[in-house]
Amino acid sequence: MKLSVGAVAEPGSTRANKTGTWRTFRPVFNADLCVGCGICSQFCPEGIIHEKNDKYATDYDYCKGCGICAAECPKGAIKMVLEVK
Amino acid sequence: MKEIRIHGRGGQGSVTAAELLAVAAFEDGKYSQAFPSFGVERRGAPVTAFVRIGDQSIQLRSQISKPDYVIVQDPTLISVVDVASGIKPDGMVLVNTEKDAKSLNLSTRVKVRTVDATKIALDILGRPIVNTTLLGAFAGATGLIRMTSIEKAIRERFAGELGDKNVKAAKKAFDITGGKE
Amino acid sequence: MKVIEGSYAVAEAVRVCKPHVISAYPITPQTHIVETLSQMVADGAIKAEYVRVESEFSAISVCIGASAAGTRTYTATTSQGLALMHEALFNAAGMRLPIVMTAVNRSLSAPLSIWNDQQDTISQRDTGWIQLHAENAQEASDTIIQAYKIAEYRSILLPVMVCMDGYILTHVYEPVELWEQKKVDAFLPEFDPVHVLDPKKPKTFGAFADPSLYTEFRYMVQEAMEVAKKKIVDIANEFRDEFGRYYGGLIDEYRAKDAETLILAMGSVIGTIKDAIDEMRADGIPVGLLKIRAYRPFPVDTIRDAVAGAKAIIVLDKNISMGYEGALFTDVKSALYGKSGVTALGFILGLGGRDITKQTIKDMVAKALEAMKSGKVQECEFVDLRKEVL
Repeated sequence: MKLSVGAVAEPGSTRANKTGTWRTFRPVFNADLCVGCGICSQFCPEGIIHEKNDKYATDYDYCKGCGICAAECPKGAIKMVLEVK
Repeated sequence: MKEIRIHGRGGQGSVTAAELLAVAAFEDGKYSQAFPSFGVERRGAPVTAFVRIGDQSIQLRSQISKPDYVIVQDPTLISVVDVASGIKPDGMVLVNTEKDAKSLNLSTRVKVRTVDATKIALDILGRPIVNTTLLGAFAGATGLIRMTSIEKAIRERFAGELGDKNVKAAKKAFDITGGKE
Repeated sequence: MKVIEGSYAVAEAVRVCKPHVISAYPITPQTHIVETLSQMVADGAIKAEYVRVESEFSAISVCIGASAAGTRTYTATTSQGLALMHEALFNAAGMRLPIVMTAVNRSLSAPLSIWNDQQDTISQRDTGWIQLHAENAQEASDTIIQAYKIAEYRSILLPVMVCMDGYILTHVYEPVELWEQKKVDAFLPEFDPVHVLDPKKPKTFGAFADPSLYTEFRYMVQEAMEVAKKKIVDIANEFRDEFGRYYGGLIDEYRAKDAETLILAMGSVIGTIKDAIDEMRADGIPVGLLKIRAYRPFPVDTIRDAVAGAKAIIVLDKNISMGYEGALFTDVKSALYGKSGVTALGFILGLGGRDITKQTIKDMVAKALEAMKSGKVQECEFVDLRKEVL
């Protein structure tokens, strides 16, 4: 790697840094309980919870397991489960 | 002088572990120094903390590259960081994991000890904060620090029930790792 | 003695100095100092007013106003925060206000770095502030107590920066001896200002000076710095008599008397250098250390005397004056101009938190020994430069 003049960085560094390994608890989404309101997606500080066919799911490559989605879900459709390491 | 390197993740209390180890060592009548190597502080990001324990006043301030002991708070770090890097031949790596030492495949010939500190911490503290538990395990596995000093350091930092629980977790790990007072 | 964090030790030292007004803006890695102080004020442990502000420029401005009103004041900052204070730092010195500041040493952007070097305080060298550097948590906090005594001395009346390396000293836990209030009170009398800003008896501080007088005001600051040169030494000695601890006056020496090669440096790297010197001495290399404690006023005569017997000097700079070399190296060479034929090597190292090991120190000494033999001297060399990324 050579350094750029002026410390100019190209986009994509966040994508390269897979922060999923930082997780202690994993959010598990229960599609049967999910009503597709999207609150989890709005509150996710990483912006990695996305809608697919009216249901929501996270991207485990980047989810740090903060648990905000589970705390905010009005239907209790997200459970935080201890990761096995 | 003994040098200890602690690998953890932001929010796991690695820096507090280093601090408490230094306080406990001083309680034991030794000189001590603890300092963190911060990255960009974020919960979950890899962090390193260092402890020096000696019979004389410590003035060396470089980071520790040839540790006598390494404490790994989170086994997922093993795939990200060379935790055993530079460890002395008679050194020891203490890993928080439910697995046994062999299955960790650490790239080192030194002794590796494991303890399921996460389970102990969850059972007793109700949270996966393993730093105080690992201090008990470190005292038990190395005999370098007296458990009574670890207990005193914990109680100085955490008052009341929180202190009681942390001491209980540390003592349990101390016993499991074969610690003798 | 108690194992505590460097930042906490500094806050404790500030507490026993009984400042009336504290104003600061939090910035890494200074934060632990000011959050501890604000807690102390909230708890009533210090009877001071803690003024929360929206920037470092306001923090120093609050201190300037409060100091002019005759109160003992304290602030702390680092890096960009210190740079933001720049303009007002001249006012504090020119108005002869004995403000004490902990200047935590951190690198400056860009690129963004929160880690330690000494570019920030070096860049405030010419503001008229006294600058004292500390090598450990105990010295960083003991020097606060000394700093008020220096600053408030009637024929000095200049603000003082106590410089301590960010993280390395602010975030270290190590044994520190705390202070008995009674002893500090005896050592440091109440601030007795010459002029007091009081609406009932109006005065102008830092008033207008036309070309017939500006030079003389500047000369008075320079004279005060000369007084400080003597007083810093006296107060360090008084402190030793009272508290039993001594870190040198303007400079300190370590195994320097018979040293052929002398290392000159400031701040937290001093301890690592001492350990490296012990190991080199054991290998028969006659090497010693001059610790620069006072960077301003600059101890010209003391350095000349201390270097007199040496064949080579190595100057360590955690800063660089771009387009020239390390600032300390320039200052040391100018101090020796015409007085010494010593071989002088300057090294730039420890920038933006780059670790400095005993081996780093030994490598520089090896280069000095080589330079003495060959007569070839490379000035301003970057240590441990990673050529592969350039």
